[in-house]
Amino acid sequence: MKDNKYFLDDKPDKISYSEVWQKFFNWARAKSLWVVAYGTGCGSIEIPPMVTSRFDAERFGVSTVGTPRQADVLIISGYLAVKTLKRVIRVYEQMQSPKYVVGLGACTVNGGMYYDSYNTVNLVELYIPIDVYVAGCMPRPEAILAGFAQLMKKIKEGRADGWKHYLDNFEQYRKNQEKIIKNWKIPNYNW
Amino acid sequence: MWIWYKVLYALIVVIGGLAYGLLLGGISRKITARLQGRRGPSVFQNYIDLIKLIRKRTAISHGVMFFLAPMFRLLGGIGVLLLVPIIANNTALSNFSFGGDLIVVLYFMVFGCLGMALGAADSGHPHSALAPTRGLAQMAGYELPFLLSVIGLAIAHNTVSLSNLVAAQQGGILHWNLFQYPFLSIAGLIAMLGMYMAYPFSVVMAPQEIAVGPPTEYSSTFLSFMFTGRSIFGVGKYVLFMDLFLGGATNLVEAFVKTFVLFLFVVFISNVFPRYRTEQAVRFFWTYPLVIGLIDFIRIFIK
Repeated sequence: MKDNKYFLDDKPDKISYSEVWQKFFNWARAKSLWVVAYGTGCGSIEIPPMVTSRFDAERFGVSTVGTPRQADVLIISGYLAVKTLKRVIRVYEQMQSPKYVVGLGACTVNGGMYYDSYNTVNLVELYIPIDVYVAGCMPRPEAILAGFAQLMKKIKEGRADGWKHYLDNFEQYRKNQEKIIKNWKIPNYNW
Repeated sequence: MWIWYKVLYALIVVIGGLAYGLLLGGISRKITARLQGRRGPSVFQNYIDLIKLIRKRTAISHGVMFFLAPMFRLLGGIGVLLLVPIIANNTALSNFSFGGDLIVVLYFMVFGCLGMALGAADSGHPHSALAPTRGLAQMAGYELPFLLSVIGLAIAHNTVSLSNLVAAQQGGILHWNLFQYPFLSIAGLIAMLGMYMAYPFSVVMAPQEIAVGPPTEYSSTFLSFMFTGRSIFGVGKYVLFMDLFLGGATNLVEAFVKTFVLFLFVVFISNVFPRYRTEQAVRFFWTYPLVIGLIDFIRIFIK
């Protein structure tokens, strides 16, 4: 424990089990995805129909939680401003591994219709690892559900390892983040 | 030698209670979904959630009480489940019930909540510090009608042993306390809604209002312990209320049916009401159930 008792600065270890257990846990992870209720852009308007009666994501085990500590999935819903990126990084780092990120809409792929704005992050993948992209402007709830099906498939096969990539290339990611966020005042890492 | 049999039976009861509690949680989610016109998750969704939570990473530290609180919660749950007789006078399923078990159960029911309050206050998150203040206020609300009904039954049957209470209710459906002392039962059953934080009294967890309440900072393994504790505690309370008001059980099928009826009572009421504020909940508990319970309480004294 360091001087600030609410943050641990040490980096987490990676989890490793035997293959059978890994497969079993991957199956459980794929079947129970808790999404942190945090909307970054206009795409967050597509999330309420996805989790309520019409499209009912809960039948796939996808439900929303109100706190990043308990969440497995972070949805980047739409374009990211530089100001929002800082919050997204904090939320992402507060989530506990294994964690996954879904990028919604064209804005997360290449900036979308805001590509030439002074304030928009064009390539989100430079700053946090993204496991599944859902293209569209905006994608309908069906498309988001299809994206979740893709994510589940990746998790079951053990290929959804964006969080491992983030750990391995942490210095590089941090360098990229500090390049565009000028007043960097958050702890080095709040795991 | 007999002590090992006791340990074995206790293990079976705890594991069975956990499995049953998780299943009830899944059924509750399914019923909620169907009432909202959704298909809903599988009834086994809670098992999957638990498996996932156990193997998530944990790297959060907020001090000693933060680590101890899930243990307190689990211990409170196991304590209640192991003290109430599921089937009275059965070697395996009467658990650790003894002459004064009602008093100890009353203590254990508060134990988990207090541990949880300490842990949540230690976790340094404003939402989780706010929730215990609401929870303890609401607990002061429902404890009063609950204690009134429990003490009333104890005085009426002249015993503080749950096994004796069950024995006093045998001999037909009209001997149940639900029909012998209907007003005390109404007070107790309304207090039960408060204990389960069912919807008119859901201000403690308050989804969408204060994140997820006390466990806001808890994740992964901690949360799985809380989840386990809550499931076991839930089953323990259903069994306790079955023993108090519904005449206990003479076999396992009867126990399942009666606890399931109590569970449906909580779930259906929970799904049709909006949420009370804390002071509204306390005011409700201290007026209607308390006054209704007092009718029978006075009747017992006059008799």
